Amino acid sequence: MRRVAILGVGLTEVKEHWDKSLRKLFVEAATAALKDAGLDVNQLDAMYVANMSSGYLQGQEHLGSLLSTWLGAKGIPACKIEAACASGGVAFHQAFLAVASGLYDYVLVGGVEKMSDAITSDILTALMMADDQDYIAPTGVTFVGLNALVYRYYMAKYRVRQEDIALMAVHDHEYAANNPYAQFRNRITLDQVLSSPLVADPIHLLESSPIGDGAAALILGPLERSKGEVVVEVAGSSVATDNLSLQLREDITTMYATIKASREAYRMAKVEPKDVDVIEMHDAFTILGVINLEDLGFAEKGKGVELIKEGEIEIGGKVPSNLFGGLKARGHPVGATGLYQLIEVVWQLRGEAGKNQVEGAEIGLAQNVGGVGSTVSVNILRRVK
Amino acid sequence: MGVPSVPRVWREIKYKYNLIGSKCVKCGKACYPPLTVCPYCGGKEVREVKLPERGKVISYTIIRYAPRGFEKLVPYVVALIELVDGTRLISQLTDVEPEEVSIGMEVEAVFRRLREQGNSGIIEYGLKFRPLRR
Repeated sequence: MRRVAILGVGLTEVKEHWDKSLRKLFVEAATAALKDAGLDVNQLDAMYVANMSSGYLQGQEHLGSLLSTWLGAKGIPACKIEAACASGGVAFHQAFLAVASGLYDYVLVGGVEKMSDAITSDILTALMMADDQDYIAPTGVTFVGLNALVYRYYMAKYRVRQEDIALMAVHDHEYAANNPYAQFRNRITLDQVLSSPLVADPIHLLESSPIGDGAAALILGPLERSKGEVVVEVAGSSVATDNLSLQLREDITTMYATIKASREAYRMAKVEPKDVDVIEMHDAFTILGVINLEDLGFAEKGKGVELIKEGEIEIGGKVPSNLFGGLKARGHPVGATGLYQLIEVVWQLRGEAGKNQVEGAEIGLAQNVGGVGSTVSVNILRRVK
Repeated sequence: MGVPSVPRVWREIKYKYNLIGSKCVKCGKACYPPLTVCPYCGGKEVREVKLPERGKVISYTIIRYAPRGFEKLVPYVVALIELVDGTRLISQLTDVEPEEVSIGMEVEAVFRRLREQGNSGIIEYGLKFRPLRR
């Protein structure tokens, strides 16, 4: 396998882009990534598009051909990669494999989701397509509702208070304030979180990632051809799946796919959790932030909130986490989210994170979750010079 | 939900109306819906089994914003239920007010209308669970 580097990144702000279509958002991010890499579109060898719901929300499939047409990447091999909310991380893994294999040199992986054109009930229907349509969807449960089942069970099993779990949302907003690409840059208080309306008990509105549009893209290429003062390598890349639905899991408070994918990524990168300087993890709901910290190996089961309460996920803590707002405040344009996370890790390793910089960060991790832990990708990046 | 489809609903009727799951010959664990392999031990020999229609709530949520087709029901309760044989399934609760539900509550299966598929679609039936009547 060849060593693979990230040559360029590009993204759009996450927000309700009323004036921009799915294709326009994608082209904007992809063009910015090409510029950052110093490459022309004609130099690309392949393109992977991460997206979850274009078929339902836009009635548009065949994104590989559509978006290569609009990007002007004539004739390029291109296709959509779908793994629900983990589409971005999984597509990145495919792009990594493509370059590592030696078959392609320059590969663009771009994620895009255009959600704001749809009304809420259609969004909830689209997101629910991440779970079993024959046996789970007919219960009327929403995707938030499935996470709520985990949340309530977790609190009962480990005797953890909601006031502590909900701190995750306050943390996210604090850091998003310095991220010009974040959907919500306002600070919020714990009282505001806990007094916001219930969406699916016990999950409050301000504990949930918002609905928004966005696109993010990275260019991958062989490490030996990367130029510039700082080079960021893909040190480990792994994807794991678990039984699709919660009812087929033996412990719904543990995401075995996170454990499996992260251990494999740590092994590839030859690092341990204590070596990681910064992480971006998939906190679509506050409870997931807590569970992710545990399953990635940073806390024992039931102890994830201790890291949050003791400031260990802040800059200067043991595991600085979600320093650009996480899913709650940066936003969660579903298929693009995993790639936003990876770009944020790249900024940290390049020393371009501004006020949210972890000084001297060398190793960063991005974890992207699809379904309720049904698919998890973990990618570890390393600054090599 | 996908496009409205009669055969898609029809071919699952046996399992949904009668609560038929699968049980692994090797490890003895049952699951719902019935799979052709065991999701726990990977055992390849499984047989269909009638699951018990009683169990208890081990977690629940109150849905306040519903997907298409369920808007008129809000607020409604969806629960993770452990049947008396240990098999777990997710179901909507019925014949109960949301504030009456608690972890540990005993429930039993009951036949109900689940949803309508679109404006001109067929009406889908299946099981919900309600508080156990003694």
